[in-house]
Amino acid sequence: MPRPTRPVPEVGGQQRIGLVFVSHSAKIAEGLVELAAQMAPSVALVAAGGTGDGRIGTSFDRVTAAIGEADSGAGVVVLCDLGSAILTTETALDFLDDDVRDRVAIADAPLVEGGVAAAVAAESGEPLDAVVAAARSANTGTGSDSGAPDDASAPRDADTPASDAPPDTSTADAGVGHVRRATITNADGLHARPAAELVKLASTFGQRVTVNGTDAKSLLAIMSLGLTKGASIEIASEDPEGGAAVDAIAALVQSGFGEH
Amino acid sequence: MGLDITWAVDWVRRSADVVAEHRVELIRLDRDIGDGDHGENLDRGFTAVIPKLDDLAAGSTPGDVLKLVAMTLISTVGGAAGPLYGTAYLKAAASAGSESSLDGEAIARLLTAARDGVVSRGKAESGDKTMIDAWTPAVDAATAAAASGADATAVLAAAADAAEAGALATEPLVARKGRASYLGERSAGHRDPGAQSTALLLRAAADAASDSTGA
Repeated sequence: MPRPTRPVPEVGGQQRIGLVFVSHSAKIAEGLVELAAQMAPSVALVAAGGTGDGRIGTSFDRVTAAIGEADSGAGVVVLCDLGSAILTTETALDFLDDDVRDRVAIADAPLVEGGVAAAVAAESGEPLDAVVAAARSANTGTGSDSGAPDDASAPRDADTPASDAPPDTSTADAGVGHVRRATITNADGLHARPAAELVKLASTFGQRVTVNGTDAKSLLAIMSLGLTKGASIEIASEDPEGGAAVDAIAALVQSGFGEH
Repeated sequence: MGLDITWAVDWVRRSADVVAEHRVELIRLDRDIGDGDHGENLDRGFTAVIPKLDDLAAGSTPGDVLKLVAMTLISTVGGAAGPLYGTAYLKAAASAGSESSLDGEAIARLLTAARDGVVSRGKAESGDKTMIDAWTPAVDAATAAAASGADATAVLAAAADAAEAGALATEPLVARKGRASYLGERSAGHRDPGAQSTALLLRAAADAASDSTGA
């Protein structure tokens, strides 16, 4: 049975974190590779589902091989489903060479949501800790992985006009911020693929940028805004250097993410 | 009168036999409160060990046998029992080291190391309704027996008795770890399959010892 494994593409010599999905079910792991690959075409995504002989369960040998396959040298984040998947993965980690184990982490996160968020972070070239944090952002229910204290109180309702609840006004009003408005034109709204595009674009800038007050670099946070077609959004950065990022994201939104 | 490679190999063969014999019982226990694969998985694991025993080099030690069991279970079991028992046997092998003969004290240390391995892997505590509820009474009984000067065979017999009592005592418990914990209160009234298999394996160890020493 062919395994839907994606080798590491050479992208400008940049090595990305690889991902391993460990599930009791081979189909779940393989399906998640397909799903995440839509948003992370450059990331090594390796399925390690089921046992070696096609049963429900997890396989030490499969997990060990998958970690080796996903590791380009930058590191690997492993996501697991039910308990014994974690036991098997932890055992596999025990048997890795010390230098390899140092760059492999198990992310305590829901397999599907955490896996997709981790894939986007890895696609953006984030380091190991940030990819783990992106996966763990799926645990919060708010989708915030930025750790910024203002995120929890940031407006999440896409229908709320930003002028009624402008985010971060205290400093944005000080004249150093950048704000652009844009309208979602995609028929299906800001669904997973365009949301991932937006996050990837935002992640190419060093400055913090928000969409309706939510961290633009967090996939789950952006998706949890639930932006539908016609929604007017506010893209903002308090950073004096954030203008280019705000302009670029506004242009991407206005372009309809290439869907029309 | 310590226990040597003959005992270790006999323990593994008896383990494979007893797991095969109780396969359906373990499956039934696991089906009641888990995913029903415990008996089948353990049977597969121990069945896979048997042919490998023939490949042991001359001069192998009990520790070598335990390591062989560990690696085979880890690779072939596929459920939680693989990493849990695999870790137990691996730690037991490390405790046995390269000694060719194990006395009562060494057996008690070996069982302690195995139990500690299961705890560190599974993060379960006593009373969580897991195999720890058989392991810990066994370790306590073995340690006490060894301290009172019992030989290796008597230490294992004490461990096996305590493990069986411990497995029985899991019946009223509400599971707090593993798949059974999803059932909450409904897990009470069923014996934990992992505790039961631990009792079976330790009884196999005791029987192998009493045969090898003629006690």
